[in-house]
Amino acid sequence: MEPNIVEPDKPATHSGLSPSVPLSNHPLHLSPEYKSTILRSPTRPLMLVPDQMKNLRMPVFGDSCLGALDNDLTKNARKNGEPIGERIKIAGRVLDASGRPLPNVLVEIWQANAAGRYIHKAEIHDAPLDPNFLGAGRLLTDAEGRYSFYTIKPGAYPWGNHYNAWRPNHIHFSVIGPHLDQRLITQMYFPGDPLFAYDPIFQSVPKHARELLIAKFSMDWTEPEFALAYEFNIVLNGRNQTPFE
Amino acid sequence: MTTLPITPSQTVGPFFAYGLTAHQYGYDFNSLVEGELVNPIVHSAELIYVSGQILDGNGQPVSDAMIECWQADGQGQYNTQPIAYPTDQSSFIGFGRLGTGTTRTNQFTFTTIKPGATAPDSAPHINVILFLRGSLRTLYTRLYFADEPEANEQDALLRSVEPERRTTLIATKSKDGHYQFNIRLQGSDETVFFDL
Ligand SMILES: [Fe+2]
Repeated sequence: MEPNIVEPDKPATHSGLSPSVPLSNHPLHLSPEYKSTILRSPTRPLMLVPDQMKNLRMPVFGDSCLGALDNDLTKNARKNGEPIGERIKIAGRVLDASGRPLPNVLVEIWQANAAGRYIHKAEIHDAPLDPNFLGAGRLLTDAEGRYSFYTIKPGAYPWGNHYNAWRPNHIHFSVIGPHLDQRLITQMYFPGDPLFAYDPIFQSVPKHARELLIAKFSMDWTEPEFALAYEFNIVLNGRNQTPFE
Repeated sequence: MTTLPITPSQTVGPFFAYGLTAHQYGYDFNSLVEGELVNPIVHSAELIYVSGQILDGNGQPVSDAMIECWQADGQGQYNTQPIAYPTDQSSFIGFGRLGTGTTRTNQFTFTTIKPGATAPDSAPHINVILFLRGSLRTLYTRLYFADEPEANEQDALLRSVEPERRTTLIATKSKDGHYQFNIRLQGSDETVFFDL
């Protein structure tokens, strides 16, 4: 499977940047439609730092960190039965921008249950909790940078950003790559979600890069009589300038 | 050489705790790292405590941030050994992670030792990585120590910061072994964040 490649449909206008500046795929820090950014995003320009700092090695995690069911959210919190909802597989690779697979990367995920309810105590959405579903998992990528989770497809849920605001179905991902500039937290979405057009968090991503956050349905990886599969590849900053140690 | 498009960043959102910081919030899931960057028994004589708040543009403490620290050991060496679980078999971890929602004042407190200098032109420091609801990207900053004035004076990165903003990167010493480091997301004393 090749990672997603997105052709920019046209040069996006990232306000404040001249066209000669390479386009970032990341959202701007301030994205006023997502109201919480207004008081929580830096207002001063970020300080440029030497490559040496970007290249700082991050911590690595050993196999002892992983429980046998940590990557199977359909099993890792069972109390008296199976979690309710559509069982799915989420799999892919973690690579750097040069296409190198990144092995032994800690990938942590968390999500709402099938009803769109998070187990988090501050969550107030009036949808049922599932006694057999926590919604958190983790793994380390294998030697080819591959990963695979089983989980339950998360439901959409409302939030308070604006009137009738709903988040598209999504799974949160945290990734600790090998270098300091490869620390990424993102969200994975599902193909064809009608809420994309209304979600200021998804829309905060420059238009040309939004597709990178949408998993692809994979018939190849779908398991007969068991679970639909989605492919989601994660690309971290590359190291084109620096020889790989 | 192929260049693949980078995966865009998204906010950590408000509900990360039961996944990323489960144990300290009392959820039924283990945590690989927490607020102790060292084994406090092994290092009892040299322990320091680094506390602070994340403050928004109104000066209000943020209750749903997650802060990570990554630092060298007392000799200026980063831990290259795999972090194990449970962690108590390793006396120096160097990496920690706390959410700000577990205390009434939304203070975080890391337990660690003072890092050694990692290079001749570098003062002791801790790399700080910050995520919060309302932030769409990874925020990076550094923590230096107020009781290292000469080393701070020689630090290449600190010297490249506008003089009037340098104090935003320097933890103050509240009492012996206790440092205070508030991160201000906005305002006249907005913390310096790095472009990585
Ligand atoms: Fe969410």
